Amino acid sequence: MKTLTKVALLTTTLALAACAKSPFDRSGDTAGGAGAGGFDNGGISTSALDPNSPAYFSQTIGDTVLFNVDQSTINDTARSTLAQQANWLTTNPSYTAIIEGHADEQGTREYNLALGARRAAAARDYLVANGVADSRLRTVTFGKERPLEACSTEACYAKNRRAVTVISAGVGS
Amino acid sequence: MFKMILTCLAVVMTLSAAKAEPLRIELDSPNIEPLPFAAPAFIAETAGAEQYARDLASVVAADLQGSGLFRAISQDAYISQITSFESPVQYADWKAINAQALVTGAVSTTNDGQIVVKFRLFDVFSEDQMGEGLQFVGSTNGWRRMAHKVADAVYTRITGEGGYFDSRVVYVAETGPKNARLKRLGVMDYDGANQQFLTDAQAIVLAPRFSPNGDRVIYTSYESGFPKIYVLDVASVGRRVLQDQPGTMSFAPRFAPNGQDVVFSLTTGSNTDIYRLNLDSGQRTQLTSSPAIETAPSYSPDGTKIVFESDRSGTQQLYVMDANGGEATRISFGQGRYGTPVWSPRGDLVAFTKQNRGRFHIGVMRTDGSGERLLTASFLDEGPTWAPNGRVIMFTRETAGSAGSSTLYSVDISGRNLKAVQANASDPSWSPLLK
Repeated sequence: MKTLTKVALLTTTLALAACAKSPFDRSGDTAGGAGAGGFDNGGISTSALDPNSPAYFSQTIGDTVLFNVDQSTINDTARSTLAQQANWLTTNPSYTAIIEGHADEQGTREYNLALGARRAAAARDYLVANGVADSRLRTVTFGKERPLEACSTEACYAKNRRAVTVISAGVGS
Repeated sequence: MFKMILTCLAVVMTLSAAKAEPLRIELDSPNIEPLPFAAPAFIAETAGAEQYARDLASVVAADLQGSGLFRAISQDAYISQITSFESPVQYADWKAINAQALVTGAVSTTNDGQIVVKFRLFDVFSEDQMGEGLQFVGSTNGWRRMAHKVADAVYTRITGEGGYFDSRVVYVAETGPKNARLKRLGVMDYDGANQQFLTDAQAIVLAPRFSPNGDRVIYTSYESGFPKIYVLDVASVGRRVLQDQPGTMSFAPRFAPNGQDVVFSLTTGSNTDIYRLNLDSGQRTQLTSSPAIETAPSYSPDGTKIVFESDRSGTQQLYVMDANGGEATRISFGQGRYGTPVWSPRGDLVAFTKQNRGRFHIGVMRTDGSGERLLTASFLDEGPTWAPNGRVIMFTRETAGSAGSSTLYSVDISGRNLKAVQANASDPSWSPLLK
C-alpha cells in the first residue's frame, strides 16, 4: 500500500513537471524540482504549487493568451484564462502586473509595436472588467522584438501573437 | 569631426582637338551601361604617403564601381602610368583600353599630421579635363572621407546630380537568435567601413534616425523597461529621454527638416496616434486622433507635409497630411499592406515597405501615390532610408527561420544594383552628405 501511494504521488509530480515545461514558463520550475530522484529521497511533498504564488499564476492558470493574425480580439480560450488571472489578482491584492503585448514577425516594426500595444490593452481591459484595479496593471508592447519561438512557420507565429501577464511584487509601484 | 579645406587648383585647360560627345550618365535613362573608368594609384608626393596613395585610389574606384554606374578597368590593363600629377595625360593610351573617364590624384603628408589630397577628372575621348582640380586637406584618420569626396565629385560631374559617398549610416547592430536578440546602436560609413557603437546592448534599441545635419540621432529604447524616445548627441554620445506622460509608450520618432521638431507615435491605452514635439520648448501637439493605428511619420523635405501609415481603412495604408495635422489623403491603393513611408530628400518620391501574399517589398511611388514601382522582393524586406541624393535606398532584409538574421542592403531607385552592405544589422538611417 505504501508503494502504491508513492507511485500515485510520483505521477502527480510528473504531471506537474510537465505543466512546468510550458513554453510560457518564466519564473522557474518550482514544481518539478524533485525530478527523477524524488522517488529515492522522498522529497515528494514539495509537489503542490501554492495557489497564491506567482508560479501558480504563470504555470497553472497560464500567463499567456493568444491572438489571431493582425487581431487583438480576446477569444474564448483567452477569456477563460483572463477570468482566472483576474480572480487570482483579486485574491492576491499585494501583487501588480505588467501585461506585455507581442506580435509575430510578419509585419513592419512600427506597426507591430502598435499592434502589440493593442493586444496588451485588450488583455488589460478584460482584467479590469473582471474586477482588477486599473492602477495595478501596466501595459508594454514589444512588437516583434521578443518572439517566444524563433521559427518562421505558422505554428511558431501562433505562439508569438500573445499577451503575457507578468506578476511582480509590490502594490502601486 | 575634422575639417576639410577645399581649394581650387590652377588648371591648365586643354583645348580639345576633336569634340566627342561630352561624358555623361543620364540617371533617368532606362538602361545604363556601366561607364568604364581608370583610377591609377595616386601619386605619393611625400615620403610616407605611399599607402594613402594606393588606398585612396582603391576607395575612389570602389565607390564609383559600387554605385553600379561605373566599371573600373583593371590596373593590369593600363598602358600609361601616371608618374606626376602635373604631367600631360597620354589620352591615346587610355582610349586604347576604352577608359572613358580617368581619375588622377596626388597625396602628400604634412608635418602636423595632415594629408593633402588633390585630384583631376579627365574625359578621355574628348581629351578634356572635366571641371577644376580639387584639393582636400584633413587629418590622416579621415583619409577615407577624402576618397569619398573625390568619388562624389566624379559622380556629380558625370551624372549632373549630387553624390552620396561621403555619408554615414546609423543602424541597429544585432547579435543572437531571433528570440533572444541583443541590439545596440551602431554607426558606419555608407559602405560599411569604420563601424562604431553608440550604445551598449543592455536594452532593446530600435529605428535610429539622423537629425537633418547629422549631429544627433533620435531613437527608441527600452532602457526604462518601456519604449521611450531618446536623443543622442553624436559627438559626445550623451543622451536624454524625451519626457512623456506616465503610462504611455512612444516610438517611431523622426526629425522635422528644421531639426527642432520631432514627430513620433504615442500609445495611450490601445490607441496609437502621431504627435509632434518641439525639442526646445517641450510643447507637444497631437496631429492625428483616429482610433486606428497611426505611425511611421516622415516629413516632406520642405517641412510642410507628413506622410504616415494608418490602418483606419482596415489595413495598413499610406496617407499624407499637413504638417500641422488635420485631414489626411490616402495615397496607396495597390494590393496588400503599405507601411514605413519615407519622403525622398528630392521631394519627388515616397519609399515604403509593401506586404503582399506573404512577401515583403521595398518600393517607391510618387507623393500622390501614382507610379508605384517595387524594387525588391524577399521573405522580409522593410524600413527604407534614402541616400542624400535620393537615388539609392538602404533597407533591412531579414531571413526566415530560427537561424534567420538581418542584413542591410542597398538598391538604386530603378531596382538595379541590389547588394548587401552590412551583416547582422537592421533599421538603417542615412545621414546627409557630410561637410
